[in-house]
Amino acid sequence: MSSATQSPYKAKTSTGRITDFVDQRVGGSGILREFGRKVFPDHWSFMFGEVALYTFVILLLSGTFLTLFFDPSMAETHYNGSYVPLKGLQMSVAYDSTLNISFDVRGGLFMRQVHHWSALLFVAAVSVHMLRVFFTGAFRKPRELNWVVGGILLIMSMAEGFTGYSLPDDLLSGNGLRIIDGVIMAIPVVGTYISFFLFGGEFPGTVIISRLYMFHIMLIPAIILLLVAVHLFMVVVHKHTQYPGPGRSDRNVVGYPLGPVYAAKAGGFFFIIFGIIAFVAALFTINPIWNYGPYDPSPISAGTQPDWYIGWVDGALRLMPGWLFNIPMEWNIPLPWGVNTLSLNILLPALVPAGIVFILLFTYPWIERWVTRDDREHHVLDRPRNAPTRTAIGVSGFIFYCVMWAAASSDLIATHFQVSLNDVTYWLRALFFAGPILGFIVTKRVALALQRKDREIALHGRETGRIVRLPHGEFQEMHAQLDDYKRYRLVSYESPVAEEGIPNENGIVTKTEKRRAALSRFFFEDRVAPATPAELEAGHGHHEAIESAEEHKPVSRY
Amino acid sequence: MKALSQKRRHPLAAIALLVLGLMLTGGLYAVVTTVNQAKADTTTFTAGQAHEGEKLFVANCATCHGLGAKGTENGPSLAGVGAAAVSFQVGTGRMPMQMQGPQALQKPAQFNADQTNELAAYVATLGNGPGIPEAQYLDGKGDATKGGELFRVNCAMCHNAAAAGGALTRGKFAPALAGVSNDHIYEAMVTGPQNMPVFNDANITPEGKRDIITFLNTIEHQGSPGGAALGSLGPVSEGLFLWTAVLGVVIGFTVWLTSRTS
Amino acid sequence: MGNHSDGTPASSGAVAKAGHEEVEKFQDPGLPPHRLRLADTDPKAAKRAERQVAILFGISVIGTLLFFFAYFGIRLDQTLTTLQLQNMFLGLGVGFAMLGIGTGIVHWARALMPDHEVSEERHALRTEDDRVAAVQIVDDIIEETGIKRRPLIRNTLIGAMALAPLPAIAILRDLGPLPGNDLHHTLWKAGERLARDPDGTPIKAADVTNGSVFHVIPESLNNLTEGKLEEKAKAAVLLVRLDPSELHPSPGREDWSYNGIVAHSKICTHVGCPVALYEQQTHHLLCPCHQSTFDLTQECKVIFGPAVRPLPQLPITVDSEGYLVAQSDFHEPVGPSFWERG
Repeated sequence: MSSATQSPYKAKTSTGRITDFVDQRVGGSGILREFGRKVFPDHWSFMFGEVALYTFVILLLSGTFLTLFFDPSMAETHYNGSYVPLKGLQMSVAYDSTLNISFDVRGGLFMRQVHHWSALLFVAAVSVHMLRVFFTGAFRKPRELNWVVGGILLIMSMAEGFTGYSLPDDLLSGNGLRIIDGVIMAIPVVGTYISFFLFGGEFPGTVIISRLYMFHIMLIPAIILLLVAVHLFMVVVHKHTQYPGPGRSDRNVVGYPLGPVYAAKAGGFFFIIFGIIAFVAALFTINPIWNYGPYDPSPISAGTQPDWYIGWVDGALRLMPGWLFNIPMEWNIPLPWGVNTLSLNILLPALVPAGIVFILLFTYPWIERWVTRDDREHHVLDRPRNAPTRTAIGVSGFIFYCVMWAAASSDLIATHFQVSLNDVTYWLRALFFAGPILGFIVTKRVALALQRKDREIALHGRETGRIVRLPHGEFQEMHAQLDDYKRYRLVSYESPVAEEGIPNENGIVTKTEKRRAALSRFFFEDRVAPATPAELEAGHGHHEAIESAEEHKPVSRY
Repeated sequence: MKALSQKRRHPLAAIALLVLGLMLTGGLYAVVTTVNQAKADTTTFTAGQAHEGEKLFVANCATCHGLGAKGTENGPSLAGVGAAAVSFQVGTGRMPMQMQGPQALQKPAQFNADQTNELAAYVATLGNGPGIPEAQYLDGKGDATKGGELFRVNCAMCHNAAAAGGALTRGKFAPALAGVSNDHIYEAMVTGPQNMPVFNDANITPEGKRDIITFLNTIEHQGSPGGAALGSLGPVSEGLFLWTAVLGVVIGFTVWLTSRTS
Repeated sequence: MGNHSDGTPASSGAVAKAGHEEVEKFQDPGLPPHRLRLADTDPKAAKRAERQVAILFGISVIGTLLFFFAYFGIRLDQTLTTLQLQNMFLGLGVGFAMLGIGTGIVHWARALMPDHEVSEERHALRTEDDRVAAVQIVDDIIEETGIKRRPLIRNTLIGAMALAPLPAIAILRDLGPLPGNDLHHTLWKAGERLARDPDGTPIKAADVTNGSVFHVIPESLNNLTEGKLEEKAKAAVLLVRLDPSELHPSPGREDWSYNGIVAHSKICTHVGCPVALYEQQTHHLLCPCHQSTFDLTQECKVIFGPAVRPLPQLPITVDSEGYLVAQSDFHEPVGPSFWERG
């Protein structure tokens, strides 16, 4: 690969000589040739993956600092640090060392806050990144596997967050573990055993913190690192997607070359993210463990909630009624060897919503592929409005999540809006079912309306706000026609048509195929066709003609 | 007299007068404040106070609590609630209630300190109950660690570990405790206003209550070492802040980063 | 149309292909013409941008110095004010140091580095030839192993592979003891005194007045040298006195209370949070974690929220000295449900 072996090439600049020195020893010139000028499209919504990556780097840096001082032992000790209201209190070594990091290690409090704020931002960035990928259709062929890797990364980051949340062994995190233990115990047959093995005996035991610590600082970060490498490798293989626009197609990628512009922007962005987190950690308290006190199974604080990314599961636990129309949701099942207990009031909310969300998330690329029978590679993204049904599905999933998330703070909603806690729960129970459906309908209508608006603008131009009076007395608003580039952005999308079931080789439309046809109608029955040059031509001549034509054209239902 | 009038033009006269004046005001102030303190220390009220209090009661409270404070549908009987209950309810403006609701809300006090004392004096005559707390337990000089432990076991489940308040059922709530005076905290513990349980002296000793007050004073005045506390409401407010403010700033930077310069 | 006036490399491919599309569609006009920035045309603007970048880097330097000032200059004196001050300035220092570098580099890239958008061809992930060859190779390899023709080998291999990971699960057995009967018993036993949490002093019946609530542990809990938290997690009890007429004990439980004093487990039957919120007028207990609400007057029956079972009641009485004692252990397991609970 390297040309250095054959020709006595001499670099002329000093940086050139250094590059060459390294190259002759490790042979990176081929890679550099491939990557040095690789093109990356530029759009603000493409940056969230980077936010996630950078916050992960910050987490590794600040986390390493914290491990130097943190001791994950649950042995008992008496606090003798600087924080007066806890002085002399009996507590675990883990909590004691976290207090020492906060109060007696210079910069320790800052690092703790950096670590926790970045953790919250990390999971948020992963989520927003996945929302962007979903709403723009970036998960389509050939990127389905990378979407799956991303989904696993989301789960891993939530696991990483929860194990970290539990480490300080304060009252808040201890009660969080207590809830997890309660959920584990509800698992049929093996629940009690898992709980005893995990906690090394009865809750809380003396080993859980050090076990979670191992997961938190070794196993899960290693898996995340590995998956991030796979994820980025696939980004390089696929090259980045791009938004539709003039000059952009599935056969090219338009953007800035990696060196220097993109590298500078991306590199600078790391420092910006670090800077933002440093400012937030300087000015805003996060997880003030000294307020909560050491873990003790008897006390509890009002407002005991998990961090936001686990909140939706906690919210689902809150929404589930224990008694449904006088039918208990916990059943004692008489079996030949005795009576066993099945706690549906815990199992259903803990498993079903999360199950629905993640199964749909992982299978969606294949569902859409099956419905559309679209086996092409897609590198140009959809604007969300141009895929109304997908966008509506995404929004309804988002609302489903948010209702549960809101339920996790039902007590705070009650106190801060001065409403009854019970009423908040009743309303959220209703929204749990109605919210996603309403969200779907409204979003689909909004997307179709935006498409019609685009069509209108593409054909008639933008409203200028300038009213003129025509010679025969009519008032008309002047429209400014778009230039070719702007128009192309509005018309260059695909609008698939709902398909009837296709007969197989025996001439029979199979049941599966009928189902596919039904789904296809669900997806594409309501559609707005992109404007065509013929329509634009017609519009230039007769204003009325195009109006009447539009009545039939844009939304075709059958 | 003559000597005095002669000396009044002496250069030191002005200074002497000033010192005299200062001593007089200081002395008077000292007398007045000790009188006030003495008043607060004792739970004994004069018959005159009770009489005045009864008049106030009939005019302002009897609608709900009934004549002779025997109670009606709209308000409980006040026999045996004690002077402490009146001092708390009226002193924090919860009584008189503006309207019936899940619970009485704190608002600016409707009666001044004297009137509150008179009302307390009247109610104290109706039956034995907790009196006005003694000043020695209100000084906030107890053991904050002990108080914190007691607070977490007995109070934090409703009032939140950082005393930021929390929700109860059907529109009731436990209020935040910042800014509540020490005597009102003490009175609330001994009388159990609204749905708050009573913490009698056998449950939490007066010294224990003093420790709790000390703990509350400590956490209220020490500030938040990590910066703004975001309401001390825990992970919910932290998550909300992240999704709005922090993510907003991040998005702002991404837009700037990917836009073109003019 | 739409060609680059400035001859950007590798952009020609974008325009040409538009012609092949169906007639009905608009043709791709190609990349819009490149628009020059102020700094491209005006050397003054470029100079200004250069100065701005340098200033931003300068701010970063000041930020780092601020960090050192805060780290070494502010002495922690056990008051939280200095800690807050130090934390703030450490953070502001790092913040300025990082943001200065970040915004400086980005501003440099946006204003001064070339901003030609470049179009790069996408290469197909693989050629048709490769695709066919790869499938062929995999098929050949499978064929050469003969795994399809020799089901005996295949089946025994599957069997062996399925069994082999099981030791990896079995070796985790010693993570903890088996549950046994642990969840069915607590520290409470006949004659065990009810004591105040946390100091462990016993409670007299006369201490519990109407409207008051006691958070209770077994008196012997504080004597335990190990397993204290585990026992407390099961034995924590809430003690309340109601008017005896308000209690509605079910048959067989009439003597479980003493003069209206009732003791119930504090551990929620949902997922185990302490149900400690007692409303003295409604006699409701509320769990702050998931809002299960229990009615003390109906033996802690669930009246709202996700819990199903009432909070177990601890039968109590008084001993000869007037202290409250347990009559026995709980008659059912406390806390969250589990499979073997029955």
